[in-house]
Amino acid sequence: MIMRKELISDAVLVSDYIDGNEKSLAVLIERHKQKVYSFIYSKVYDRDVTEDVFQDTFIKVIKTLKLGKYNEEGKFLPWVMRIAHNLVIDHFRKNNRMPKFDNSTEFNIFSVISDSSLNAEKRIIKEQVEDDVRRLIEELPDDQKQVLVMRMYKDMSFKEISELTGVSINTALGRMRYALINLRKVIDKHNIVLTN
Amino acid sequence: MAKLYSKELKHSETLKPTEETVKFLLSYSQALSVINCNKLKFEALLN
Repeated sequence: MIMRKELISDAVLVSDYIDGNEKSLAVLIERHKQKVYSFIYSKVYDRDVTEDVFQDTFIKVIKTLKLGKYNEEGKFLPWVMRIAHNLVIDHFRKNNRMPKFDNSTEFNIFSVISDSSLNAEKRIIKEQVEDDVRRLIEELPDDQKQVLVMRMYKDMSFKEISELTGVSINTALGRMRYALINLRKVIDKHNIVLTN
Repeated sequence: MAKLYSKELKHSETLKPTEETVKFLLSYSQALSVINCNKLKFEALLN
């Protein structure tokens, strides 16, 4: 069967196909697909583009043959190659007009626009850390705890804290300082890891 | 005898269109019919 296929020339297959024998097209594609595909790939170096151009090439071949516009008997492959070549040029022209972002170089766009939202694991760790910190704060003396909560959780200025608690700014600052020192001491003492 | 240090190119083996593309083309060809009408030719895609 294969022998028989090889014996039939392209010209005969083309004329058979024009006469309505669809199987001739299958033989022609099978016979030349690798050459045509490799030719396109050697120009565009992209599998997807090659696949598209290959498909468009044979769509053009099919249309031309069915419309009876083919007149280069015996030169089937060079004709197909010329169509492929023209479509490759079309592809590059189209891309020059509308350049695509090439992500194959060293610069990776996703390193700039990475997803900053935390994944499930990191979110859980963050919640645990925040929970641990809250529990540590609860252990602080009331005056220190009060200043730290106002400053860190309520985002108040030391001026506002001093006004609200009725102590001087310096006292508020001092309480904040001791609160942090005490927190660090407890963290060091119990080897608590507060990172994510 | 000279040794061949270059690796055999496996590329050429894989450089061919996917089965789907070939199948699509054959289906496209079967579906495409040209209608002749008073010296005019119309393409029709019949599924």
